[in-house]
Amino acid sequence: MTKENREIVIPGEIVKSGEDVLPGEGTRREGKNIIAVKFGLKDEQDRLVKVIPLSGTYMPRRGNLVIGRVTDISFNGWMMDINAPYSSFLPLAECPRFFRTDDLAEYFNIEDMIACKVESVKRKGVDLTIKGKGLGKVEGGMIIMINSNKVPRVIGKEGSMVKIIKDATGCDIMVGQNGVVWIRGENIDNELFAKETIIYITEHSFVNGLTEMVQEFLNKKMGEKR
Amino acid sequence: MAESSYKKRFDGRKLDETREMKAQAGIIPNANGSAMFSFGDTVAIAAVYGPKVMHPQHAQNPQKGTLRVNYDMLSFSVPERKRPGPSRRSQEISKVTQWALDPVVNLDEFPNTVVDVHIMILQANASTRCAGINAAAMALAHAGVPMHELVSSVSVGKMDKTIVADVIKEEEDYEEGEGATDIATAFTSNSEKLTLLQLDGMISGKELKEAIELAKETCKKIYEVQKKALKELKE
Repeated sequence: MTKENREIVIPGEIVKSGEDVLPGEGTRREGKNIIAVKFGLKDEQDRLVKVIPLSGTYMPRRGNLVIGRVTDISFNGWMMDINAPYSSFLPLAECPRFFRTDDLAEYFNIEDMIACKVESVKRKGVDLTIKGKGLGKVEGGMIIMINSNKVPRVIGKEGSMVKIIKDATGCDIMVGQNGVVWIRGENIDNELFAKETIIYITEHSFVNGLTEMVQEFLNKKMGEKR
Repeated sequence: MAESSYKKRFDGRKLDETREMKAQAGIIPNANGSAMFSFGDTVAIAAVYGPKVMHPQHAQNPQKGTLRVNYDMLSFSVPERKRPGPSRRSQEISKVTQWALDPVVNLDEFPNTVVDVHIMILQANASTRCAGINAAAMALAHAGVPMHELVSSVSVGKMDKTIVADVIKEEEDYEEGEGATDIATAFTSNSEKLTLLQLDGMISGKELKEAIELAKETCKKIYEVQKKALKELKE
């Protein structure tokens, strides 16, 4: 994280001018100037200038962990809603164990939430898989939706932020890249506490020293409880 | 040349002065992006949803995403209750607003999808389509849609022989001398290109050029208001 608070830029605004700077994500070059293409925060790293988007729908990428909702059942798999602009499909062939094909609703029914991985992103849609550790139907607990652009903040560097929340609240937390978060704890109070913390992070994302702030927030809340 | 009969404006503004402008982004929590823009008594809100899958399927464009605009005046926005629902007028305005915004949005990365923009007029006192475009441009930016630049829009008019900026209802109905002409315009913020030009009334070529020049200058002020509102946004 940089030291100073980052500035908000709007589309069409000159982010930086000069021949020797490189346009990164969310920007384009026009003559001498680097121009923002998206609404977001300006981020400069050496010669690279980019715009970190604050909004926008989730665009699936191969390998992303997402939590989706079953919308329909077909003869060879499930149609899923993963909050992306394209339809997504979880084929039966991508399931790790044997499923009888006569009634797929026995395994995953409509409205069930399933943790999956993005297998491939094609022109007409997204293919998902549940082959992998921890993937499959999520049961119990609660689901909350956050802005998918804030997911990296909630996860933190190599999962550091999520780990802090997990340790403090004792909840199991799974954060999908699409902004769907699943929380399961021993009791509803712990879950609500984790939810509150996650919402706190999304509201204070891109503030410097966020980890310390969250730690402080958790300590304060824990104090209140006792 | 005879002097113009319209010397002083009905609300005491200067000829090139707009009504008080207010703008705010992020007013609708459920939308991907939203904004409000007002010129005095004219208040417009815009909500953006998407990119999402385009339905009906035959309307999908496999080369790039589509922008779809829906303009609607709410039934309580005018003194006499407006019959709710789409009308010939609202369909036309939806279409021209879409054309005004299309050149600045870049949906190449989202084939087969649609970005829905819903513009609602809460209160109307002329230039509703302009307030709508201003709000929609801000809402699109707020929604994180890739855009080359913003769009600012204003109406200019000619009352008898006087050219004024930001027309109000009373001025639209001015009948003395040559009568009233009102011109809705929209300009892109950086390249200053026209994306909307509609004209109701009569005007000479020379005067039209003058009016467009005034609109261009006014749009710069509007852009500053839009920019300020977007920068102040805190989530």
